[in-house]
Amino acid sequence: MDIERVPLPGIGLRHVLATTRGRRIGVVSHHNGRRDLVVYRRDDPDSAADTLVLTPPEAEALGELLGTARVTERLAELHRQVEGLVSVQVPIGEGSPFDARPLGATRARTRTGASIVAVVRDRSVIASPRPDFVFNVGDVVVVIGTAEGTAAVADILTGTG
Amino acid sequence: MTAVHTHVLLIELGAVVLGLGLLAAVALRFSISPIPLYLLAGLAFGTGGLWPLSASEQFIETGAEIGVILLLFTLGLEYNAGELAASLRTSTTGGLLDLVLNASPGVAAALLLGWGPVAAVALGGITYVTSSGITAKVMSDLGWLGNREAPTVLSILVMEDLTMAVYLPILTALLAGVGLLGGLGALGIAAATVTAILYLALRHGRLVQRFVSSPNDEVLLLKILGLTLLVAGVAQGLQVSAAVGAFLVGIALSGPLAHTARALLTPLRDLFAAVFFVFFGLHTNPADLPPVAGTAAALAVAGILTKLATGWITAARAGAAPSARVRAGAALIPRGEFNIVIAGLAVTAGAQPRLGPLAAAYVLTLAVAGPLLARCAEPVARRLVRRPAGTPPLNTAA
Repeated sequence: MDIERVPLPGIGLRHVLATTRGRRIGVVSHHNGRRDLVVYRRDDPDSAADTLVLTPPEAEALGELLGTARVTERLAELHRQVEGLVSVQVPIGEGSPFDARPLGATRARTRTGASIVAVVRDRSVIASPRPDFVFNVGDVVVVIGTAEGTAAVADILTGTG
Repeated sequence: MTAVHTHVLLIELGAVVLGLGLLAAVALRFSISPIPLYLLAGLAFGTGGLWPLSASEQFIETGAEIGVILLLFTLGLEYNAGELAASLRTSTTGGLLDLVLNASPGVAAALLLGWGPVAAVALGGITYVTSSGITAKVMSDLGWLGNREAPTVLSILVMEDLTMAVYLPILTALLAGVGLLGGLGALGIAAATVTAILYLALRHGRLVQRFVSSPNDEVLLLKILGLTLLVAGVAQGLQVSAAVGAFLVGIALSGPLAHTARALLTPLRDLFAAVFFVFFGLHTNPADLPPVAGTAAALAVAGILTKLATGWITAARAGAAPSARVRAGAALIPRGEFNIVIAGLAVTAGAQPRLGPLAAAYVLTLAVAGPLLARCAEPVARRLVRRPAGTPPLNTAA
């Protein structure tokens, strides 16, 4: 996949990519944070068919929607690729011993060999959370390791271990 | 100044600024540039107008000077030194073509009218420069920034603005009547100043940023405004033109600081730039417009055709389709702020009395016609796409 990057002097940057199905889409990034989402015409790839103006929060939300799905897909991919490695998603429920406690306190990796690789909170993904990351009720913790290791981490996080 | 004068001054200024506010509201309502309306407002008052402004004349004159400086300063802020260097590398040919095609009608007209070489240089500049403000707004409003031709058009605007940095000092020197040798001297000083500031901005941008930057908006506003006026004044003293000094200060500031500076100074720019357009109108007698109307109309038609040709050729050189070439030309048509800045310099120096009304009529025509023609360009471009024979019918609804 090729992404064409063109500077627009005085405005910002433009990225254009051609999809496998032959359509072209682009993003104009203005210096002031505004983003234009451009869809090009089928019959004239040099002309925009439509341009959507997005405010910075809107652009961020759209990026997250597209990106979050990608992270989940890549996890599934990883899962398929590495024999014997599994990923499980463990929700932090009411009554979990780690509600409002930091990730480091689980000592998950030392105790089980499995790793906490991401936390999904409010539909956004926090990749590679640090040991001082504090869990909340409603978080979904993504754990990668052997079947036994991940099950052990699930037990620790839910308080049944 | 006595108390009586003060109240007249305040009433006049208040009426002018309030009137400009109402005109800007009209311009916004019809999404056109407010520049032609400000010019018309200036024409309606002052010399030969309905009501001469007496008490506020001095203030409006100083305000107009500051308006030019802030116009060029905020223009410089739009670019960083890296973008300018990149444009210089890639768009020199396009920039030269633009200069030759668009300055020629003005130079030719001035020579045919027998106005002399200095007025010819001024009129050439007036027909040459596209209004980067109006063009950038039109492209943004019409959703053209994603189109193939956008980088080509924007690079031409950058080249024009850089050309102004060389042109304005030469014009200033010529208008001062220093002759060819003096003009070359001024050009030397200008080139040295431009190089020095660009070097400072490229290599030691951090130093400038550190000197200016402050977490407090008030401190930042005063520092930036002070620095800009100071450099503009020194540049004027060196015969380099105040506007160019301000433009270079704008280029030297980049990154987050430029962003904050733009947010802080844009309201001031809007106020003083409006005052500048009114000032120009005030000093133009409406009775002088009809005699130059024919010349202005002919130059406007030539200006439309030469810009269309410039856009077509430069976009074609960049490998764009005919639809993109038409849009590139149409986007370049609007003239506005700098054409008036050039005319203002020439008029103040007393180069040729009819240059002012001619420039006013020319800009009034093209500042209005430019955006309108740009709106017509898309349907024309679509017809160009459908016409080629042998192309299979395509699903345009998708």
